[in-house]
Amino acid sequence: MSQTIEAPAEVRLPEGGEQRRDDSPWIVIVWNDPINLMSYVTLVLRRLFGYSEAEATKLMLQVHNDGKAVVSSGTKEKAELDVARLHGHGLWATLRQD
Amino acid sequence: MAYRRIEREPDGRYRLQLPAGEREVLRNLAAQLRELLVTDDPSLARLFPPAYTDDEEADAEFGLLVRGELLDGKLAALRVVEATVDENLIDEAQLNAWLGALESLRLVLGTQLDVNEHTYALELDPSDPRTPAFALYGYLSWLQEQAVDALSAGLP
Repeated sequence: MSQTIEAPAEVRLPEGGEQRRDDSPWIVIVWNDPINLMSYVTLVLRRLFGYSEAEATKLMLQVHNDGKAVVSSGTKEKAELDVARLHGHGLWATLRQD
Repeated sequence: MAYRRIEREPDGRYRLQLPAGEREVLRNLAAQLRELLVTDDPSLARLFPPAYTDDEEADAEFGLLVRGELLDGKLAALRVVEATVDENLIDEAQLNAWLGALESLRLVLGTQLDVNEHTYALELDPSDPRTPAFALYGYLSWLQEQAVDALSAGLP
């Protein structure tokens, strides 16, 4: 950290910056947990989102190895619905704006 | 394979090859979990996880909206297991209910036992009072794996 105090440069949000924030998509994250079977997570992702077996397996392994994976995105309403469906299948899912 | 408890039939139904003792265990577990589900027992936490981790207000609102439906779905799945536990052939919707009930049972038992990713590899210690519960958890995991396999075989 610099100790020099300078006049702060004027920070200007780009035109429409707030708007873009509102429009940016919501993402649905599935978190790793020690209980769910890997095969079960793959099956749920295939069924709920129509992923192929290869795509669903890749996401499942990302959850398993990295601790989490983004499995869907869209409007807040869609993300909430996806999280509710994932909770209905016992997966640990959250949503946030990207 | 003789050890298979759940197998997909050529007509799209599913065969349950469960010994009577296992059916009795599953019947009892389903009934017990149905009673537990209407309480606020802390071992139910994983059945109703948070949707927002950084916004308590939004999370509470989400919980109000979905918790009732979530609970109804889990109760319905347990009732299907209780109603079909003595059958030898069930349809896909019924096996999906079994899959969901096994999921709920494992989430609750796994939470009670505080399992980790290596729990499957643990040697069962006969002197540990939790050993029967760990063995039961292992059994439910094995059975759920078979339900997943059977249902995955039916996917396009």
